[in-house]
Amino acid sequence: MKQNEEQVQQDLLRPLFEASAAYWLAVALAGSVVLAGVCALFYQFYTGIGVWGLNSPVFWAFDITNFVFWIGISHAGTLISAILRLANATWRRPVTRCAEAITVFALSIGALIPLCHLGRPWLFYYLIPYPSERQLWPNFRSPLAWDFFAIFTYLVGSTTFLLLPMIPDLAMVRDRATGLRRKLYGWAALGWQGTPRQWHRLETAMHIMAIVIIPVAVSVHTIVSWDFAMTPVPMWRSTIFGPYFVCGAIFSGIAALILAMALLRKSLRLEEYLKPMHFSNLGKLLLTFSLLWFYFTFAERLTTWYGNEEAEMAVFWSTIRGDFAPLFWTMVTLNFLIPVPILAIKKLRTITGTVVASSCIVVGMWLERFLIVVPSLQRKFLPYSWGSYRPTWVEITLMAAGFGVMALLYLVFSKLVPMIAIWELKVGMQEAPAAKFGDAAVAASSRPRGTPGGPVITDASS
Amino acid sequence: MPHHWAMVVDMDRCTGCEACVVACHAENNIPTVGDDQASRGRAMHWIRVERHWEGEFPEARLRFQPVFCQQCEAAPCEPVCPTYASYHTADGLNAQVYNRCIGTRFCANACPYNVRFFNFFNPVWQKPLQLQLNPDVSVRSVGMMEKCTFCVQRIRSAEGQAKAEKRELMDGEIKPACVQSCSPMALVFGDLDDPNSEVSRLAKSNRSVKLLGELGTQPNVSYLQGS
Repeated sequence: MKQNEEQVQQDLLRPLFEASAAYWLAVALAGSVVLAGVCALFYQFYTGIGVWGLNSPVFWAFDITNFVFWIGISHAGTLISAILRLANATWRRPVTRCAEAITVFALSIGALIPLCHLGRPWLFYYLIPYPSERQLWPNFRSPLAWDFFAIFTYLVGSTTFLLLPMIPDLAMVRDRATGLRRKLYGWAALGWQGTPRQWHRLETAMHIMAIVIIPVAVSVHTIVSWDFAMTPVPMWRSTIFGPYFVCGAIFSGIAALILAMALLRKSLRLEEYLKPMHFSNLGKLLLTFSLLWFYFTFAERLTTWYGNEEAEMAVFWSTIRGDFAPLFWTMVTLNFLIPVPILAIKKLRTITGTVVASSCIVVGMWLERFLIVVPSLQRKFLPYSWGSYRPTWVEITLMAAGFGVMALLYLVFSKLVPMIAIWELKVGMQEAPAAKFGDAAVAASSRPRGTPGGPVITDASS
Repeated sequence: MPHHWAMVVDMDRCTGCEACVVACHAENNIPTVGDDQASRGRAMHWIRVERHWEGEFPEARLRFQPVFCQQCEAAPCEPVCPTYASYHTADGLNAQVYNRCIGTRFCANACPYNVRFFNFFNPVWQKPLQLQLNPDVSVRSVGMMEKCTFCVQRIRSAEGQAKAEKRELMDGEIKPACVQSCSPMALVFGDLDDPNSEVSRLAKSNRSVKLLGELGTQPNVSYLQGS
């Protein structure tokens, strides 16, 4: 049965025009966590990094763990959505925007962490190449400088990738809104009228972005991994880190996407749109990456063990059966032992099943990053200078604030833009591409049927 | 004439008295962080005397090894710094430019010797200790990395003095604080480019080894051990 297009529009635009008490409660909750984080951050800026648990030799811990974690989560969206778009997987339609939004928000959080973790954060602009009186560029040999460029490129790219397919939907909101809102959305919709020429350009732009964003996303997490792999630190100086990190990033990204989708499904009553099939399909993808992640972890550990290099073995054993063994085996359980059976058995690959697996994976992948950063630094070459690490309340508050920011941005976003691309859904509801203009399939107009200037092409073909 | 500054540590001479540690603190305005911070692993000693036990009781034997910045020729701390705060001088020093340091702490992570120290807080000197600060050495503020400089202030001042007197620097003319305070003379400082200097002679000794030399860091510090 064909769904009623009017109904779709009604369902998906509803959250933009009304807000429940539960919504405001969620905003207040997320907001207060963020506020606590901001206070902790100012306390840290004012007093010094010493309010964290860092010490000599553990100079990075929660800060960089969270940085890698959020950058990893950011691989949910853009990469998945780009690949599904290019593969023309039609089931992707209700998933893409939700995923692309995760990318932009997680990346913004991730990108801020290295700036906040600086000993002198007010001098962060030393990382930017600009003609300064010091007559000094950043050191282009430093992986941190590469980070800056990679993340900045990815942020610009993924924001564009999120905004482009939003244009027709923004125009749709504009046409329904009144007053100031109409004006703002009119501005945001960039004068979208739904003409064939505009559709053609939009499709071309989206196609180009989908292709371009994939190598960018891969490069970002590879470069993040090189923050570690370019140093002579035991268990960091690994050639496997580039692909290992990219795999882990996509892995945690899909898990985050499934969690976000499940939350949206419940809170925005999108049961009709985010169906068990979507969770099952993403679950299969998650299964693939769980297996891949295990393969990488196994390969990394086995080669280290065979290499039997003294300093590396100190780190190796501290994770396998030493101080970090409980965390290490929890990680293996959460990333592999629990999710694989859930995701492999069709009966268990339900919405609940994938949500359970995803929750495990998000925690497990956070642990994975922690276990990369801290044990190596604790056990560098000279045992006399070995150390240990415990986080303080400031670091824990800041970490919670990261999740708070994510929730808050998502909550606000869901009030500004339909969380499912309405026009894409409508295109999917046409059995065949609506019309052909040159090479591009032209989709239905953004405008609701029956309104002035309504569907321009759709009626002609359907 | 260019120089190539280097140090030799004779481990068979070191008695572990730690006079070098005290002298270094006094010369370089290194803050004492207090027992609470020290117990959190934030003590700052540009030079530390590691104690290593060899053999089993009762034939156990104690060996002392002073460890400080090895002034590596291929220093892992240098390429990772995004702001060139950690960079190499022409005379073989691994310099730390405090004003450029933004505190990424990447250099300290990359350093295999753990000889870089971070100012987790602003340093405090209880009155009247602030009066004994060395005016030739800048006091570092919160958020900066610092480490052994081979007492670069003494090197530069001696170079200036020699230039003013229109003569070459003499071997042994420059003594970093640790070298000056070492009563068993376990520490020797000098110019590797001068083939007749004591440091050149000792560095070529068959007792000479480099700490973690297998990592390819090419340290400018040699350790002598044998007996």
